[in-house]
Amino acid sequence: MQSGLMSELLELTLEHVGLVAMAMAIATATAIPAGILLTRREALRRWVLGFANVMQTVPSLALFGFLIPLPFVGGIGKHTAILALVLYALLPILQNTLTGILGVDRAVRESAIAMGMTGRQLLWLVELPLAARTILAGVRVATVITIGTATIAAAIGGGGLGVFIFRGLASVDTTQILAGAAPAALIALAADKGLSWVEQKFWPG
Amino acid sequence: MALCREPVARETRLNPESVTPPASPIVSFRNVSYHFGRNDIICNLSFEVEAGETLVLLGRSGTGKTTVLKLVNGLLLPSEGAVLVEGTPTTAWDPIRLRRRIGYVIQEAGLFPHLTVAENVGLVPRLEGRPQQDILRRVAGLLTQVELPPAEFAHRYPKELSGGQRQRIGVARALASDPPLLLFDEPFGALDPITRVELQRQFLALRRDLGKTAIFVTHDVREALLLATRVGLMHRGRLEILTTPSEFLRARGEEVRAFLACLDA
Repeated sequence: MQSGLMSELLELTLEHVGLVAMAMAIATATAIPAGILLTRREALRRWVLGFANVMQTVPSLALFGFLIPLPFVGGIGKHTAILALVLYALLPILQNTLTGILGVDRAVRESAIAMGMTGRQLLWLVELPLAARTILAGVRVATVITIGTATIAAAIGGGGLGVFIFRGLASVDTTQILAGAAPAALIALAADKGLSWVEQKFWPG
Repeated sequence: MALCREPVARETRLNPESVTPPASPIVSFRNVSYHFGRNDIICNLSFEVEAGETLVLLGRSGTGKTTVLKLVNGLLLPSEGAVLVEGTPTTAWDPIRLRRRIGYVIQEAGLFPHLTVAENVGLVPRLEGRPQQDILRRVAGLLTQVELPPAEFAHRYPKELSGGQRQRIGVARALASDPPLLLFDEPFGALDPITRVELQRQFLALRRDLGKTAIFVTHDVREALLLATRVGLMHRGRLEILTTPSEFLRARGEEVRAFLACLDA
């Protein structure tokens, strides 16, 4: 029984990390370019931030539920869970990308343009290096949130450490609940520390 | 603020001698107006800048001095009239090429905080795709020229410098690609008086050695008279007077008097 729990724990932990990794990869690859685009399109900014904000406010269990009946993207299983996680992770990354780039000192931006930088050079040589730390902080926050939220994936058949938690809740078994919650918390702590380290290492403040 | 519709007082007419077009102006403003929304920032401005001269634009805050500089390097385009740089209207220049021919120095220098002093100074040559060896040599030469020994300063970051040192780096950076024209927007405005005098002296020395054309914006009448070959006084979006420093001291008009009164203070 005990060794069975251990091997299941390992399997579900890997599944959990897989869900988070996939969701974060998609969210980062979407939100950073979208954030950059929004710094250039003020009119769009309100709409997209509004959408991302609304996504954040939908209770997570409800969001998973809403996605099930949708054609193509919905249904039961991992892909629906990942989609929900992506929707949650978008806002912090988007917001920090905007804050980081728009926060670049006006005088710095102006001298870059006045010395004859093209839009692309301004972005890659000035804006992104100066915003990198803030953007990474957004990715870190999103990752920590996603690790916690991913426990709900089990509710729609997405697997992960939430399987323990839901099973424990159903059978009033504290050990099972802890077997899901404790590793999730540890992974979140480790991700937070790891990404903080990267922030400090490459962009010391 | 319909400044451009205000009548121009008689004593503020330009000295006709000083608006006579020189042989080969580097910059010419031809009846240039610039409006921002419903505000008139610059009204019907005409003047020329000859090769080798230092035109100082003097004026209070918000009189359009900075706008004039931005019209020269194409950060802004005129609402009416034309700004010609080396004979070509700024609207016809490729803005990137235009700006790389013009050095721009602003208050607080606008240095890139994530780049070292050497990287800041060498940035325009790097954008131009010059070989790395040439850039290093050029940077070392420029740092020596602004009296910051490269061995000591090249690898520092802007936050490790004093205000005066940052401003010197700003000047070195503007000189990096050897542009024929330099624009200075209150470059010494935020410095303590002693550093300010040092940098003014250095500016004069650099002008003597390099013979660059410069447009220099300030609200400090002493600085204007010290550095200028010609002084233009800006008031409410217009040039009140454009003349030599010695003529300026004898000029009349309310705004001129207001500035000259600062000398006695």
